[in-house]
Amino acid sequence: MTLTLENISKTVGGESHIDDVSMTLEPGSFNVLLGRTLAGKTTLMRIMAGLEPPSSGRILVDNVDVTGMAVQKRNVAMVYQQFINYPSMNVFDNIASPLKLQGVDKAEIEKRVRSTAELMHIEHLLDRLPQELSGGQQQRTAMARAMVKDCKLLLLDEPLVNLDYKLREELREEIPNLLAERDTIVVYATTEPMEALLLGGKCAVMHQGRVTQFGPTTQVYHNPAYVETGLIFSDPPINLVDAEVRDGAIFMKSGHQVPLTGHLSGLANGNYTLGIRANHLSVDPTGDNTIAMQGQVELAEITGSETFVHVHFNDVSWVIQEEGVHNPRLGEATSFYVDPTRLFAFDANGKLVAAPPVEISNGKAA
Amino acid sequence: MNKITNNKAWFLVLPVFFIVAISAIIPLMTVVNYSVQDIFDPQTRFFVGTEWFEQVLGDSRLHDALIRQIIYTLSVLFIEIPMGIAVALTLPRKGWGVSASMVLLALPLLIPWNVVGTIWQIFGRADIGLGGYLINLMGIDYNYAQNPMDAWVTVLVMDVWHWTSLIVLLCYAGLRSIPDAYYQAAKIDGASRWAVFRFIQLPKMQSVLVIGVLLRFMDSFMIYTEPFVLTGGGPGNATTFLSQFLTRMAVGQFDLGPAAAFSLIYFLIILLVCWVFYTVVMNAGKQGEQ
Repeated sequence: MTLTLENISKTVGGESHIDDVSMTLEPGSFNVLLGRTLAGKTTLMRIMAGLEPPSSGRILVDNVDVTGMAVQKRNVAMVYQQFINYPSMNVFDNIASPLKLQGVDKAEIEKRVRSTAELMHIEHLLDRLPQELSGGQQQRTAMARAMVKDCKLLLLDEPLVNLDYKLREELREEIPNLLAERDTIVVYATTEPMEALLLGGKCAVMHQGRVTQFGPTTQVYHNPAYVETGLIFSDPPINLVDAEVRDGAIFMKSGHQVPLTGHLSGLANGNYTLGIRANHLSVDPTGDNTIAMQGQVELAEITGSETFVHVHFNDVSWVIQEEGVHNPRLGEATSFYVDPTRLFAFDANGKLVAAPPVEISNGKAA
Repeated sequence: MNKITNNKAWFLVLPVFFIVAISAIIPLMTVVNYSVQDIFDPQTRFFVGTEWFEQVLGDSRLHDALIRQIIYTLSVLFIEIPMGIAVALTLPRKGWGVSASMVLLALPLLIPWNVVGTIWQIFGRADIGLGGYLINLMGIDYNYAQNPMDAWVTVLVMDVWHWTSLIVLLCYAGLRSIPDAYYQAAKIDGASRWAVFRFIQLPKMQSVLVIGVLLRFMDSFMIYTEPFVLTGGGPGNATTFLSQFLTRMAVGQFDLGPAAAFSLIYFLIILLVCWVFYTVVMNAGKQGEQ
């Protein structure tokens, strides 16, 4: 089926939660809703499911208006951040519950529950109660329950947030494969840019109740249409600095100068915001044309394989992502290098005007 | 093992030990002492072994009181628990109604037992009580001072009025702890209202319900003040429950030996029922798990 949202808005108590969202989800597509907490992801999913009516706008399924239709008749399934299972039923009965309510016959239920459980790797846990399972197993059960009924729309609302790192990685890898061969429209909400990139598919970036950009995930990542999108779709958020184009060069407010070459050559005179992702900054000069900058080290976060160095210069705070463990002294002045071929340029309204060309492998992908 | 032993820690347990000893263990031992002796005065006493126990256990008046007590307690549980759950389910989940209903529900719980007895004693009177008057007006001949059944029902209604709120509050707390997502999930599945209750709300309320049932069982099994204030256990023996019987024996007739023996039996009955109930409920939960 195709799910179309037409000018959907939702206002609760005078406060706008969803603001004029229009998008079309194609049959069998995997869609990531990326946005910060409170961006409206959950509300939008609830509207898609039919759990809440929109204040205005229409929802179409295969061009049929279903705006007022009750959720039970929509054939949707939802997986939540919390692990939601019926506490007094064992795993088998939990997975079987939507089928039982649909009146599917016993042998068929048995068959489908077992095959779904196998898919989710919980076939050995069918006799257990939810409270006897680990968090990951509980979420697998909840997902199996959502997948068993062959729904047309599967909504996953930050399903991996409450899991520990290892389990999250495991499930994140499995999810796209599990759903690949289905006709189901999948909508997956997340706050993490990395997760969006790993899941692939299409990505809708949400900000303050609006969908600011919707397209293939990597394309959105490489061409964030607005400054906000860049901030949301980068971890750490994209580094920004105000700049002005005049006399055939870009002058950053910090006093540095960038030549108007390559993808930036088309910029007209005026005010801009330049953006560069943390992984395209380096404490070592990486090429011939890199621009050296100076800043004060504010903080160094070491994650094990990478170090995030926070630097401060001319009222601007930037984050540099470095491979390996670095231990710069706090408060110390340090040099770092900007690769001008990796700069994004946004105009005075925050709209993207120049993006670096996409390189397939540059060692520091994503 | 590298466990550090520090015997001084025992001193920390001493205050609790003393308090429990003075408030529970020593009085209980005194009762045990009475129950196996026939005492005339501090110098004259005889060891009688299990004689008092045999006498008490063979007492037909006690059998009657015990049966009355069991029927009463079961009635209390069968009315208060379902009613408490039902009321809790209908309470508002947000808005000003929450605090309003909480205050209303808490009111009966704040009233002391003997006051509850007095309130209903007056309320139920046919001449000056509103309740009694209205019932008689409807053509029902209601008089708790003369009709045993009326007295029995009055005590029961009194208890329901006084304590259903407790179950409501416990269940409400249990219901409030269920995340909204459970209801959404059930809605998406297309589960009926009954299924939501049976498979989400009831299991989630199980632990508070166990506490509620135990509290109401113990309390109603030991009911004393209300019938004492209302009719003093009458008319006849209609509202003579176990504790009335015991008090009459101990304070009225001063039969301390049999009364002590009976106290111990009473205590053991409550302990046993609570233990059996708790074990059964907890095992029922576990069996499903395996």
